[in-house]
Amino acid sequence: MRKFDTKVQHLKYKVLREVARLAWEDKLLENIMDIPAKLAPGKEATMRCCVYKERAILGERVKIAMGGDKDNPNIIEVIDIACDECPVGGYEVTNACRGCLAHRCEDVCRFGAITFDHNHVAHIDKSKCKECGACAKVCPYTAIVGRKRPCQNACKVKAISMNDDKAAKIDNSKCIQCGACVYQCPFGAIMDKSFMVNAIDILKKSERNTRGGSYKVYAVVAPSISSQFSYAKLGQVVTGLKMLGFHDVIEAALGADMVAMAEAKELSEKGLLTSSCCPAFVRYIKSAFPKLVEHISHNMSPMAVLAKYIKETTPNAKVIFIGPCTAKKAEAQLEEVKPYVDTVLTFEELQALFDSRDLDISSLEEGVLDNASYFGRIFARSGGLTDAAAQAMKEQNIDFEIKPVVCDGIEACRMALLKLNKGILDGNFIEGMACIGGCIGGAGCLTHGEKSKADVDKYGREAFEKTIGDAVSILK
Amino acid sequence: MLFVQVCVGSSCHLKGSSDIVELLEKAVAEHHIDDEVVLSGSFCIGKCNRVGVTVQVNDDVYVGITRDNFREFFTKNILEEVESEGK
Repeated sequence: MRKFDTKVQHLKYKVLREVARLAWEDKLLENIMDIPAKLAPGKEATMRCCVYKERAILGERVKIAMGGDKDNPNIIEVIDIACDECPVGGYEVTNACRGCLAHRCEDVCRFGAITFDHNHVAHIDKSKCKECGACAKVCPYTAIVGRKRPCQNACKVKAISMNDDKAAKIDNSKCIQCGACVYQCPFGAIMDKSFMVNAIDILKKSERNTRGGSYKVYAVVAPSISSQFSYAKLGQVVTGLKMLGFHDVIEAALGADMVAMAEAKELSEKGLLTSSCCPAFVRYIKSAFPKLVEHISHNMSPMAVLAKYIKETTPNAKVIFIGPCTAKKAEAQLEEVKPYVDTVLTFEELQALFDSRDLDISSLEEGVLDNASYFGRIFARSGGLTDAAAQAMKEQNIDFEIKPVVCDGIEACRMALLKLNKGILDGNFIEGMACIGGCIGGAGCLTHGEKSKADVDKYGREAFEKTIGDAVSILK
Repeated sequence: MLFVQVCVGSSCHLKGSSDIVELLEKAVAEHHIDDEVVLSGSFCIGKCNRVGVTVQVNDDVYVGITRDNFREFFTKNILEEVESEGK
């Protein structure tokens, strides 16, 4: 059964798994140096120029799996020696150019960068080209292509450039930790720092794993889990989590229900709101549109709201959030969230944790997971938050006409924010999701696909509580 | 003061925590003991049962509470407790 989309993810997973194995046994420090040779054995290289380079890179991956560079505050890190220094040609005319007579490319170029040789074949003057891509769009032969590095292409907030050695470099002031580059780099040269070792430490010393342990560990799982671990049943994942040492598993979707209620009220009072669920979107507003910060919802994210509730009602609780998101790792380090969320894991890391304990979750008994409503659960996909906010308006009898602007992916978010900045936005509620498709497109997902949205909706419909009010009524 | 926590973990939730919360609220109001009882939710208390909901009253845990046996539970473990505390 296919567990990952790419071989790069699989490689990252193998490193995480080996680190986790040693961490459970308290043997990490003595054996850490053996991991690279274990994963790249023998003398023959299978991935890079020689096996020694492979091991050097694996060594770097081990470091990131153990929390990475402490001096670098960014969750997303580049492994310099793993970067293949891909060519960055920009827009180029290929030999598909037929030397036609129309010269649409010339007409559309606002910078006069296109010239023709005696065969009417187009050439681009690099000193004039601004990389707008207009010529590539109009060429009837698609003869003009834009060559950009996959990481730069993935980074829509333009935080990635090249350093002097041509390796990728991240501008921390622009980076929103969405992880798009992590997922897109074909060489796996960009990784998200893992806090899995912290999580193992928390679990090991908990009541369930240690006699005399003084606290319980709660797993708060994101609703996008319904599109993950598709080789097993969700109930089996719940049982697996308990076998790892979690005391209980709670849906972050319940936090989403709570947020939907509060955000609907806030919207009707303020009249204009941008959502605060997606930490990458919030970070983007703060870094790129500081003037719009006042419109960000004051509600914390579903993760933080639920974690706060757990800590306030249960003495000695620890909370580990498990989701598809690399930006959540950064969110959990914010001063206002830190007291409630002890650490964050991705689905990739959870898979590594299961396998480090040799748990075949598909053979386990099914546990139950049911805390939230349909509406809390569909937060996992683009448009879900908006549906939930509208429903929460109705349930609370708030008389306010919500005009949503659903932004699927950070580019759509940018367009909406630009309009809002200029005062020409047709709407009063921006739902911003940095990943395409919403959380189901997150960088920490095991698999991404067409089916994910249908999986989320199906899981939503299975919720025991049909309204948001019913789901949150229980909490007071 | 009695601290009453109703389990709202997945297992109890599916077995009707919301009903029990509703019944508790009504019963507390009916007997005018709002000042003596603090109601709250709690995630899994760790006593998941085949039937009914788990409720914790101060340090005592009661399992298997349903609509049918709620009256009995309320009278014995909440009402009488409140009265004995009051004495």
